[in-house]
Amino acid sequence: MTMTIERLEEIKRAFLLRQQVYQKTIRVCCGTGCISSGALKVLERLRDALKNEGLSERVRVVETGCHGFCERGPIVVFGENEIFYQIVGKRNLDADVKALIETVKSNTLAQNLLYTDPNDKTKKFVATSEIPFYYEQQKIVLKMNGYIDPESIEDYIAQGGYTALYKALKMIPEEIIDWVDKSGLRGRGGGGFRTGRKWRSCREAQGSPKYIVANGDEGDPGAFMDRSLMEGNPHSIIEGMIIGGYAIGSNEGFIYVRDEYPLAVKRLTKAIEDAKGLGLLGKGIFGTDFDFDIHIFRGGGAFVCGESTALMSSLEGRIGEPRAKYIHTVERGLWDKPTNLNNVETWACVPLIINNGWEWFASIGTKNSTGTKIFSLVGKVNNTGLVEVPMGITLRKIIYDIGGGIQKGKKFKAVQTGGPSGGCIPAEYLDTSVDFDTLTQLGSMMGSGGMIVMDERNCMVDVARYFLNFLVEESCGKCVPCREGVRRMYEIVDRICNGEGKEGDIEHLEELGRAIKLGSLCGLGQSAPNPVLSTIKYFREEYEEHIKQKKCRAGVCKPLIKISINEKCTGCMVCARNCPVGCISGEKQKLHVIDQSRCIKCQICYDVCRFDAVTIE
Amino acid sequence: MVTFKIDNKVVEAREGEYLLDVARRNGFYIPTLCHHESLGSDGRCRLCVVEVKTKGGRKRIVTSCLYPVSKDVEEVNTSTDDVNLVRKTVLELLLARTPESELIQHLARKYGIVEPRYKKDTDKGKCILCNLCVRTCESIVGVSAIGITGKGPQKKISPPFGEASDACIGCGACVAVCPTGHIFMEDRDGIRLMWRKRFELAKCPKCGRYHAPVEQLQFISKKTNVPMEQLLICTDCR
Repeated sequence: MTMTIERLEEIKRAFLLRQQVYQKTIRVCCGTGCISSGALKVLERLRDALKNEGLSERVRVVETGCHGFCERGPIVVFGENEIFYQIVGKRNLDADVKALIETVKSNTLAQNLLYTDPNDKTKKFVATSEIPFYYEQQKIVLKMNGYIDPESIEDYIAQGGYTALYKALKMIPEEIIDWVDKSGLRGRGGGGFRTGRKWRSCREAQGSPKYIVANGDEGDPGAFMDRSLMEGNPHSIIEGMIIGGYAIGSNEGFIYVRDEYPLAVKRLTKAIEDAKGLGLLGKGIFGTDFDFDIHIFRGGGAFVCGESTALMSSLEGRIGEPRAKYIHTVERGLWDKPTNLNNVETWACVPLIINNGWEWFASIGTKNSTGTKIFSLVGKVNNTGLVEVPMGITLRKIIYDIGGGIQKGKKFKAVQTGGPSGGCIPAEYLDTSVDFDTLTQLGSMMGSGGMIVMDERNCMVDVARYFLNFLVEESCGKCVPCREGVRRMYEIVDRICNGEGKEGDIEHLEELGRAIKLGSLCGLGQSAPNPVLSTIKYFREEYEEHIKQKKCRAGVCKPLIKISINEKCTGCMVCARNCPVGCISGEKQKLHVIDQSRCIKCQICYDVCRFDAVTIE
Repeated sequence: MVTFKIDNKVVEAREGEYLLDVARRNGFYIPTLCHHESLGSDGRCRLCVVEVKTKGGRKRIVTSCLYPVSKDVEEVNTSTDDVNLVRKTVLELLLARTPESELIQHLARKYGIVEPRYKKDTDKGKCILCNLCVRTCESIVGVSAIGITGKGPQKKISPPFGEASDACIGCGACVAVCPTGHIFMEDRDGIRLMWRKRFELAKCPKCGRYHAPVEQLQFISKKTNVPMEQLLICTDCR
């Protein structure tokens, strides 16, 4: 059956009407973070309990995508974001479910499940929007995440879904491209290339057929933006792709999804089937002569396949190796045909631009970086989670206001942005604007939006080693500088961490890093030295300390540290009891001593001591 | 036709022609390891980098074997500091990978490197992963008996699953194209050994010389319809 705007409206009306039988709606976050905290158990028990109480007919329970505040999962939200419950079922599943059922029956609040201000235990928050974590955010791309049932196309339509597609199909393709261009939208996958310009090049390119690709091969350690979007609102990506297909002149699209994201694959697959079922994909969309189809391709597990040319090579069934981009993929991409590839987050921005106008989108963010950006905020920050903020916000706002500051009141040291080949930004730049150009100027990059916060207990040399190790493993190995050079950088940094650093190592790393940046074939290699170069740039003295004084000020590099017990020791014996190798001796209420010859420097004594009596130097 | 300068000499080229070809035609030295005139390029070795200045004054390092000449090219410099840094680095890294390779030793010395600053590998043989063997096998011989497996430093050339491959006809084209002499092949007592496979060699009925693997001759016979009896005679006696 052909889809029409009347039918779309009818689906919306019917869906909303069906919801009216419910007196309450409970949204259970079933994003990956909450699932790993036990959300599925909460969901099951909640449904059982509602059934037993005879409330199933009156209460709607929705399995939603990620709500973002992963630190506090599992998350359960009542109504239209009216009541936010956190850490549900983690401490006591039975009691928590019982408390929730009680609130359904009596219309009260489950006080002990409300979010409490970490600095003021008496201050409790009820509505989602009041919680500082959400307060500074501006959710446009993630607006429906955590609200709709990602497996229900009706729910998406009820929120205005696919109206942008209808509107776009009434426009001429050039006009759509013009809008996307004027909106200032830039690629969310990391490159930051102007989306409108890319679309125009692809539309103007010679050759047919043309292809559309959505890149969902997110592979950065600690990043889950694309995953949450694909799992939480798959239709927004699909709608964006159909509009893109129409604007560019393509009838076929592919979504390249990381194979480690089975839930994303499942939800996208269902979303595509449902869209086909309603005539939103397939032949003659909205009664026009425009056909479009989307296929899902599961990635092969290589980080490099997030690079556009390697991704296309993998899609073609060949080894995932990049190629030189002197001839752009918009001219010769998939099977040598003009191909327009964008990140899934970029695609999800498209319906918003069409529905709200380019002026609206351009009014958010900064002049050269418009709109919002989703970040996965992780590391030593209090509020780990998924955040969406307007471009141009400061790092300080993200880390301190949204992120709630550094864990255990420790001192901020650096924030790593841009994924493994991004860079580390020190405290002095906390007030600079988060946008494509500023981050690049600082020697880091926007990347796809990973943000790892580090405190004084992170050793920057060790951090560089960690990312290098990842990049050694994930270099595809095609070109010499990246394959051979990055592992040699790792060897040098590893030597420094082991106390075997020597004079000239820093200069050697700088020289090798520069050569790799200049000489590598693809973006991965060209940015692979960034973790080392940016830490040398901002934390050179830490490298020097490791090399010259054989000292690791963060207490991380084991061969360089000595753990001892100082005079603050009360002789409580907690450290001795917890030492896994039993190398701490001492009598009750007397100063304890560590046998250095047996100490494995695990630092458990440091963590368990309540009197600040363990010194790491 | 477009004109631009390479190291201050004015050269002419067709638009779309690869820069490496233009430079070599005009007598400029640009080292390469993974380029072959019959196979083209795929940009692995990075030795052929040069600096290109395009209209608007933008200078950047490009891979000359893959860089198509356009009207925008103004100047090309084949040996700037950055170009030499990349080449030197590549050669030092390759020397550490394949310290036994005479070719790499020779090229490295040309760029002033005698000993690499890195620990020498002992498990890579002389293989620099230029991929010429794989491409020859695929596009010249047409059997795709070998390929690249693994990624990163673990990457290597191998028949599927590291086992003797049914596809391999023992022709030795991979050996012939290998720039460092890494690929093992041995003919002894009527048997050829390579890629973990034993090939029976055909004996020329006229001169009695072992001259080619039977599997290779069968492959040729099938492709060309030349009868086997004819192919069994060696090229000298034919």
